[in-house]
Formats: sequence, C-alpha cells, structure tokens
Amino acid sequence: MIAVELSKLYRRPRTWLSLLLLVSLPAVVAGFLATTDIAPRPGTGPAFLSAVLSNGALFPAAALAIVLPLFLPLAVAVVAGESIAGEAQDGTLRYLLTRPVGRTRLLLAKLVAVMAFTLTAVVLVAVTAHVLGTQLFDSAPLPSTSGTSLSTTESTWRTALAVVYVGWSMLGVAAVALFLSTLTDSPLAAALGAVALLVASTVLVGLEAAQSVRPYLPTRYWLAFIDLFRDPVLWRDLVRGAALQAVYVVVFLTAAWANFTTKDVAS
Amino acid sequence: MTGVVRTTGLLKRYGALTAVGGIDLDVRAGDRYGFLGANGSGKTTTIRMLLGLVHPTAGQVELLGTSRLPDALRSVGAVVEQPASYRHLSGRTNLRLLDAAGPGGDRRTRTARTDEALELVGLAGIDRRPVRDYSLGMRQRLGLAAALLRRPTLLVLDEPTNGLDPQGIREIRELLVRLNEGGTTIFLSSHLLSEVAALCTRVGVMDRGHLVLQDQLDALGGPTGRIEVRTPDRAKAAALLGRAVVTADGSRLLVAGHDPAGLNAELVRAGVRVEHLAVERHELEDVVLAAAGAAGDRTGAA
Repeated sequence: MIAVELSKLYRRPRTWLSLLLLVSLPAVVAGFLATTDIAPRPGTGPAFLSAVLSNGALFPAAALAIVLPLFLPLAVAVVAGESIAGEAQDGTLRYLLTRPVGRTRLLLAKLVAVMAFTLTAVVLVAVTAHVLGTQLFDSAPLPSTSGTSLSTTESTWRTALAVVYVGWSMLGVAAVALFLSTLTDSPLAAALGAVALLVASTVLVGLEAAQSVRPYLPTRYWLAFIDLFRDPVLWRDLVRGAALQAVYVVVFLTAAWANFTTKDVAS
Repeated sequence: MTGVVRTTGLLKRYGALTAVGGIDLDVRAGDRYGFLGANGSGKTTTIRMLLGLVHPTAGQVELLGTSRLPDALRSVGAVVEQPASYRHLSGRTNLRLLDAAGPGGDRRTRTARTDEALELVGLAGIDRRPVRDYSLGMRQRLGLAAALLRRPTLLVLDEPTNGLDPQGIREIRELLVRLNEGGTTIFLSSHLLSEVAALCTRVGVMDRGHLVLQDQLDALGGPTGRIEVRTPDRAKAAALLGRAVVTADGSRLLVAGHDPAGLNAELVRAGVRVEHLAVERHELEDVVLAAAGAAGDRTGAA
C-alpha cells in the first residue's frame, strides 16, 4: 500500500511542479546575489543571506531559511491536505476502501507518502542550494554564526541536521493538514485550513502580548535550526522545537485516525 | 451457503432523518438481484452500508456468510455511483494501482489479471491515454473492470449502465448474465424498471427508506387471472362466453379464467376464429408502483 501511495505521489505532475517551484525560489535569490553582489546587510533579510556572498557553503542553510516561512509549509500542506480529501473528492476513496484497504493502513500509507514528499523537498532544496552556493559564491571555511570557523565535516553534519530538523518541523504541518483532510472532502479547504493555522501562529509569535502562549505555537521554534550553526550548538530551542512538533504530530495524527476510522464515507 | 447478502434490521439515521429504516435484505447465491427505488429512497446508503463505507446506526450486515466485512470484501467487486479513477493516469495504470492496493494481488500475475479484466469489459484495446480523455461509457467499463479484478463471487453495481449507448447496455447485460452463469451473484441497483426486468431474477423495491417488496421476478409477473383474446368474431365470442368477458373493445376481449387451452378449444368448437390468445400477466411496473404507493400511504398515516 505504501508503494502504491508513493507511486501515486510521484506520478502526479503537480508534485514535481511544486518541488520545482520550491527549488527555484532560492535559485532566483542566488542568481540576484551573484550578479549584483549586493547582499542584505547583516541582521536584515532571511537568516545567513548576508554571509553567503563570501561563503557559498552557507547557502543550503540560507535556502532553507528562505523557503521555511511560507513556500515549504504551503507545499507540505497542499500534499497532506490532498491525501484523504483528494481521494474523497475524486471518488476513488470508496474504491480503495472496498478493495478492501483498511482505513488505518490507508492513513499510514498516506502519512508515509507525505513524509517522503517532505523529505524530498527539504533534501532537494539543500542539495541544489549546495551546488548553487559552491558554484556561484566564494568558498571559504564556514564561519559559525558565533564567529569561529567550522570544518567541512562539521558544516556538513550541521547542514544535514538542519535538513532533518526542518523536515521534522514540517511533519507538524503535515499532521494538521492530514487531520483536516479527513474532516472535509475538499483538498483545498484542508490545505488552506492548515496554512491559516500557520499564519495565525506566525502572527502570534511576533506579538509581545501573546507571550504566554508563544512556547506552544507550532511555528515558534521553526527557525531554531539556525542555532545548529552556532559554536557550540545551542541545543535548547532545537530540543524544545522537536518536542513541540512531536506533540503536534501525535495529537493531530491520533485525531485524524480517530476521525477517519469512524466516519461515514459518503463521497 | 445460500445467503450472499443478508441484513437484519439495517438502519441508518442522519440526525432526525432516517435514510434507511431497518431493512432485511435477502440475496441468495446465484441471484441476479435488482434493487429498485426512486432517487433518494435509500438505495445508495444501503449499498454503502453493505460495503462498510457507511456505518449502520443499528442492525447487522452479513456478506457471503460472514459478518466480518473486511474478509467478505475480498470476494466482492463493487461499482458505487459514478466510477472513479485517477484522471491523469491511463486506465491500465489505474487498474494496476488498485490491484496493488488491495489484498491478494500477487505482483507476478498482475498484468494477466488487469488484461483479463479489461478484455472482459471490452477495453482490451485501450492505449496510454489518461482517463480524463475517456468517454463516460469507457469510464463505466473501466469501473466494471476494476470490480472484476478479483473474480468476485458477489458483484455489487450501482446503476452500471449509466452513460452507455444501447449497444453498450446490451453488451454489459450479456457480460453480467455470463458472469452470473459462471457462479457470480449480482446485486444491481437501478431506478430503471426496464433494466431490472431485462436482467434480474429477483427484485427488492425501496421506498422512502423501507424495503416494500422483495420477491422472485417470476412470482411478481404472475398471471392476473384473465386471458386476452383477439378475434374478428367479437360479438359471437362475447355471446358464447357471456359473463366471463371482463372487457371488450375492437377485436380484443379480456376473459376471466385460468385455462387458456380450454378457452381456445371452446372458442374454436363454436366456430370463433382466434387470432391471438394469451394469459395476461402482471406488469412489473404496476406491481412496483403499487408497492411503493402503499408504503407512501403507510408512512403518510403514521
């Protein structure tokens, strides 16, 4: 069943289009930086971007920071929101269930497919950014954001960890969208619902008055992957972020399972 | 095993609305069962409950002798309402995916299975075009092919000839009869009486959530107790038969009685020329409408 879901995902032109778009935004940014040599002043613009002109090796991290606020969660929300609601809307859900495919099994396969998509997206962004970064920009030993320099092996595993962390953060989005996808027969509604939650979360994270709820907001620790490039690594927010996402994943996946296995499929 | 589909007190409520009001379906092995009813009479909800898509509010479903639905569904093929497929993929790919998704789909024999199913429904020649370019009739055939993938012992079809042209309808009907003769029980829902009359051996009629009639088709189309006679010597015949004549107009007479051979002999002996003589039978349509009408009155009074 998992193989079937993966094959459905990767046979869909839309999947590749969204991956292409995801990869091209950092590429466009890289193109502008390389041709104009004008980097954002330190402290402004997306994280790391001010430093990539002199250090192409930082570009994967910068690329992740570019797609993280909107593009990446949007793509994940669309794919996860589509998973059950899309089948319901097309009417294929009833044929899968009468095959019969167990509802829990189907949900799990969908989850794996969404995870595979998320991982593909994040890795693809990081890899293309690495290629672009080393081709377009000067390479120097990677300095940490704390000023000391990092060896190549150091920077490689830190980038790899950043990929894992960002992927894990996206799993929270996927869980919310998957849950909404079991509620409605409209993939659009499910994806928009998840995005709306993220926008709301982002607004509240920036709001001083909402400080009391801030640590529980899904987007609060997303950018904590920057701490991976400090020397030594500042683990506190990373651990909190990972744990918080785990809570979101467990709660929403359980809700998705409870709803999907008991609901009437009338589509 | 005789009970292929058996429900007891199958009930579905949506809030205050009772979609299916406690029905006892009884479909036997080898039946071609026609499930008749107007749109909104609860046919589709019933079919969805049989297939485990909708959870009943009360009552039991037993398919192929077991109440463990996932086990039974392995031997059931279904087309529920519109056929559906992944529109950007070819028909063949759709079948392969569906085959791989369910249990019992050995990878080595997958191509043989999908080819056979396509052959059965007359789609052996389909190319790599995506399903979105198919006509409604082709989609209907593809849906049927998907239902036939596992050589089911029970085939559940919701309006299977929808969108087909007259040749297509006949072709599908012949396919269903052939499958039925090979041992497949067929449960077919329709709002078209003629379709059910042409195909089925047994009918159930739904009206406003109730099963108002369930019987062998032969029994429903039984004699009315009248014999139809056509003769150019109407006056002579009427005089001879006297009060047995129920109605007479033109050259046609309706005569009360159960013995067409005897009546014919009597007429001929008296020198009445007989053009046509046949037992009058109940029209399925009248029977169904009468049953549905009665139920309407009953719920109206309640």
